[in-house]
Amino acid sequence: MTTFAYYPGCSLKGTGRAYEESLLPVLAALGIKLEELADWNCCGATAYMAVDEVKACVMASRNLALAEQLGHRELVTPCSACYLVLNKTKQYLGESRAVAQVVQRALGLVGLSYQGNVPVRHPLDLLVNVVGLPAIKERVRDPLTGLKVVPYYGCQLVRPYATFDDQDRPTSMDRLLGVLGATVVPYPLKTRCCGGSLTGTLPEPGLHCAYILLKEAVKRGAEVIATVCPLCQFNLDAYHHKIAAKWGPVRVPTVYFTQLMGLAFGLPARQLGLHRGLVPFAFEAGARRPEREVVPPDRPPPATPACRAGGPLAS
Amino acid sequence: MKRNGEPEIRVGFYVCHCGHNIANTVDCAAVARYAATLPGVALARDYKYMCSDPGQELLRQDIQEHRLNRIIVASCSPLLHEHTFREATRKGGLNPFFFHMVNIREHAAWVHTDRREATAKAQALVHAAVRRVAHHQALQTKRAPIHPAVLVVGGGIAGIHAALTLADAGKQVFLVEREPSLGGHMARFDKTFPTLDCAACILTPKMSRVGSHPHITLWTYAEVAKVEGYVGNYEVTVRHKPRYVDASRCVGCQDCIKACIYKEPKFPDTFNAGLSKRKPVYLPFPQATPQVVVIDPETCIQVKTGKCKQTCLEACVDRRAIDFTQRETLERVTVGAIIVATGFKTFDASRAPAYGYGVYPNVYTALEVERLVNASGPTGGAIVLRDGRQPERVGIIHCVGSRDEKTNRWCSRVCCMYALKLAHLIKERTGAEVFNFYIDLRTPGKGYDEFYGQLLEEGVQFIRGRVGEVTDWAFMPEEEGHLVIRVEDTLAGYVRRIPVDMVVLAVGLEPQADAQAVRRLFNMSCGGEGFFLERHPKLAPVNTFTEGVFLAGCCQGPKDIPDTVAQAGAAAAEALVLLDRGYLEQEPNTAFVLEDCSGCKSCLPLCPYRAITIAPETERAVINEALCKGCGTCVASCPSGSIGQNLFTDQELFSEIEGLLAPAAAT
Repeated sequence: MTTFAYYPGCSLKGTGRAYEESLLPVLAALGIKLEELADWNCCGATAYMAVDEVKACVMASRNLALAEQLGHRELVTPCSACYLVLNKTKQYLGESRAVAQVVQRALGLVGLSYQGNVPVRHPLDLLVNVVGLPAIKERVRDPLTGLKVVPYYGCQLVRPYATFDDQDRPTSMDRLLGVLGATVVPYPLKTRCCGGSLTGTLPEPGLHCAYILLKEAVKRGAEVIATVCPLCQFNLDAYHHKIAAKWGPVRVPTVYFTQLMGLAFGLPARQLGLHRGLVPFAFEAGARRPEREVVPPDRPPPATPACRAGGPLAS
Repeated sequence: MKRNGEPEIRVGFYVCHCGHNIANTVDCAAVARYAATLPGVALARDYKYMCSDPGQELLRQDIQEHRLNRIIVASCSPLLHEHTFREATRKGGLNPFFFHMVNIREHAAWVHTDRREATAKAQALVHAAVRRVAHHQALQTKRAPIHPAVLVVGGGIAGIHAALTLADAGKQVFLVEREPSLGGHMARFDKTFPTLDCAACILTPKMSRVGSHPHITLWTYAEVAKVEGYVGNYEVTVRHKPRYVDASRCVGCQDCIKACIYKEPKFPDTFNAGLSKRKPVYLPFPQATPQVVVIDPETCIQVKTGKCKQTCLEACVDRRAIDFTQRETLERVTVGAIIVATGFKTFDASRAPAYGYGVYPNVYTALEVERLVNASGPTGGAIVLRDGRQPERVGIIHCVGSRDEKTNRWCSRVCCMYALKLAHLIKERTGAEVFNFYIDLRTPGKGYDEFYGQLLEEGVQFIRGRVGEVTDWAFMPEEEGHLVIRVEDTLAGYVRRIPVDMVVLAVGLEPQADAQAVRRLFNMSCGGEGFFLERHPKLAPVNTFTEGVFLAGCCQGPKDIPDTVAQAGAAAAEALVLLDRGYLEQEPNTAFVLEDCSGCKSCLPLCPYRAITIAPETERAVINEALCKGCGTCVASCPSGSIGQNLFTDQELFSEIEGLLAPAAAT
């Protein structure tokens, strides 16, 4: 069993609990253990980065220093905002002596130091490029046959640091969902903004972003949206009533890609946090295959009972 | 310096400033002062432009006044001016091979920044030359006859024009085209910019003239397989692909096409960019030259399996033109010169995934639209989408695969103008609103900018900005069901979304996929982007570095039809110069066999020009001076050191190396 240092960030302990609940067992099933940093702190995202970049770097670098202290080769962080801020901090510390001096002085006050040695990786990168798709495919017990999934990456995973995938057209999750047996729906909005924190501060344009993503997913026949980021999941899942009131219903569930992996691995839905979604999603593995086989190819397959997403999905 | 029995060596040394080219980096006066100190140097001068008339005159006079018998000029590359100075030496009354050139421009001035070090290097090179030149001997050039025929490779407008020019001058021309018909890309266009004359109307008369010209041997569906020999005497092997139709019997009646076992056309018609279907037996296009059908081996059941009823054969029973027993054949011809006019390919638009080619059916390449607007195209000239609708809004995206760091960096030169032409035709035929998305509009040609002005008056829209994305997701309800072009309008200063029904990608021009293989075949060079390299971009634009091989058309770089025709004419004229002179001056730098050759024959297979044979009477190797190109391979490989080479004798080379490695103390 390989062990990586793990920085969960605040979301994975709050609104994004289902992410952690599904990530840990899925990685465990593939022989990977995550060791959570003791006494980690806020990554410094959003507010801090916008107000004072150097102070934000101090906060982020404390987590990096803790990870270095832990002695593992790499640090895994699932939240896109944490992933971006930790990588940005690494970059700033490497490029700017001025920032590095402030950060090292601050770390020194609490008996820490940072050498810049720990790579920060996203679980998607880890799964596709370290574990590898063949190993994942081998672990699949209940393939997601026939499930139409929209792969949604959000903005921060590949921008500005496209370390493991294409900046404009990432495909890692597409390929991953493919080996789980799902039908991956072509989705040109895969890196478009979900609304981010605008949904809280300027709801009208923020929610419109989420609406566009949901509407286009529904239009393309998606049964579920797979995401890698807790904020994306929240924005696409939590505001359906407001969105429906403004622009009409666009109901489709949004889950973490790790939850779909867990289902395909045959792990129980409840253990994967699938009960936490506001738009409910369930997939009964194997329920579709016999039906598909009897459908003549020239007739469309009948609506399946396996997906209980509710709403106007079938249309 | 004096050698036994020979007159005293008196070297005249000249260092050229080449304006600022050399003088800025190399201290020319110091080089001249240094040369003056070297043994054997009778005179050393520095001069601003040695290649100028006064420079040459100076050299000529000095030879006589100072009784010079060796000349060294330290200046540019011998490729540029060796001939000039040899001629000046000859005019001064010396054998031109007592002249030696030192390249201190490309080899010192242009590749260094440190003046002191560059000067030291120039001095070392000069020292080497002074040591070498003492051993030079008087040599004589030889003349070899030139075979009065030309091979033209490629039957597009470039090859056609070059072939006709040569044939009209009475020269024998072999024109090889790998497709089943002449015509190239131009045959697929509808109108030509900016005059909007019909491409077929101006091209097909030239095509049929090639087909019937008494001095042109036209080989379509054939490729050059091998090129041997040298300028004036190229031995070319041509591979004829089996078309399963006897070209001498077929009259183009097309009865076989009607009779084909496939009742309906089933396979993508490559001439129509795959927008229509054809049968396994087909005529490439109505005006094809020659008017001979061809059978596609990839799709014909008889060729593939041998199990077809061969209804085509029955239809052709009178003429018996169809022949499934045809096999590939090889043919050899001798020519004096070769014109390479192998053309280009268009950029594969799926390499720019942001534009959705291959994803959205209503995204077309410009070449596809050329076929759509063409009266003999798949829709008879009607501009309709794949679903049969006529577009109401059309977006033309410029610079797809051109001027793009991610794909091709170069400007393809023709796209702006053909995009304008297509915009005009689409607007004229459909009344659609047409948007051009451009980075810069490049319309530098006779009547080109006026054509752009005409389009502005016609109400065609121009939006400056590189398109970010073509997509099908709708931001506003009115965008639903349309393609949306997302672009930063850099004149208006904001990001726009333009919904359209049809997107036309103005794809750029690229080297042919097999350009590298063709380059090796003809021993040419390629530029970094893969187009064939001309000998000099300004002064030898149709020559290559291989004597007697010339370039025409887009294989040398993107260009439009007027430029292509002009270049093809120039290539034909260069070939005529060779052929009409009738002989070739041969460099005397040939290899020769010494007395002590043991006849081991190890050099025989090494000679790329097959110039070495074994004389039966002496059982020693003999080198044919007419065939030897002075490559030196045999000289270096001879186990007993029994082969020497003019201008590269051991004495000359070793003296040069010693001079380079042990430079006399520099001033």
